[in-house]
Amino acid sequence: MIAALTKISGNAPTRIWHTETNLPGCDLIVIPGGFSHGDYLRSGAIAARAPVMQAVRQAASKGTRILGVCNGFQTLTESALLPGALMRNAGLTFVCKEVKLEIANADNPFTAGYKKGEVIRCPVAHHDGNYFADPKTLKSLEDNDQVAFRYAEGTNPNGSLNDIAGIFNKAGNVLGMMPHPENLVEPEHSGTDGRRLFEGAMNLLSKEAA
Amino acid sequence: MARTFNARVTVTLKNGVLDPQGKAIEGALASLGFDGVGQVRQGKVFDIDLEATSSKAARARLEDMCEKLLANTVIEDYSVEVS
Repeated sequence: MIAALTKISGNAPTRIWHTETNLPGCDLIVIPGGFSHGDYLRSGAIAARAPVMQAVRQAASKGTRILGVCNGFQTLTESALLPGALMRNAGLTFVCKEVKLEIANADNPFTAGYKKGEVIRCPVAHHDGNYFADPKTLKSLEDNDQVAFRYAEGTNPNGSLNDIAGIFNKAGNVLGMMPHPENLVEPEHSGTDGRRLFEGAMNLLSKEAA
Repeated sequence: MARTFNARVTVTLKNGVLDPQGKAIEGALASLGFDGVGQVRQGKVFDIDLEATSSKAARARLEDMCEKLLANTVIEDYSVEVS
């Protein structure tokens, strides 16, 4: 994630330790994937209660863009910055493969580099990516156009409801997604489909691309 | 006077939430020849010792712990026993 952010923005991101209580001023906060605190209790549960999350919560309420990928998405749902929960994959196995994502909402800086309905490639690697929300929450997500990405062409790898792969908060400045766009940003990755997400998030989209 | 209470907190998935782990256990029980097994749901148990002035105070703190950490109330229910 750090390599992708550095290559795309030309600046190395500031790394923040989980015990910090203040965040430097920034354009984008990224909670990357991996595993946090052994993922004990529930994936992302302990990370969501880390001291730094209070500052992340404040930044979110002020409109700072926040991106959570994989364990970062789990941390955002556990901290209630995003609705719903990510449960054990329906097939019970860890999935590590490439899926297809449909851009469900391109009317947001994170997805402005794509067209609504466009299908892109993206890798996934997770054990707990099965998106769940109660029917009322799910309806409000759909009604408010908060679904950012859906697994497309029958590639839902985990049983997520409504094929949900990524969602925005109501205000649109917080995005959580299970797939890893940072792993498809340069030709050496065999494709650059994930790159426009970061360019959008950091206001780096060229006019032609947008 | 504060004394130590022994508590058991049980966290289970809400009805209607798919439990793939419970399903896998259900299948394994059937393959071991256990007949008549209906639905299996997997949950978590926490045994917690804590100091409190009364059983009521202990219970209130444990319920607060469930709301803030032990359970994800989006998908889970909890129950608290204090002795």
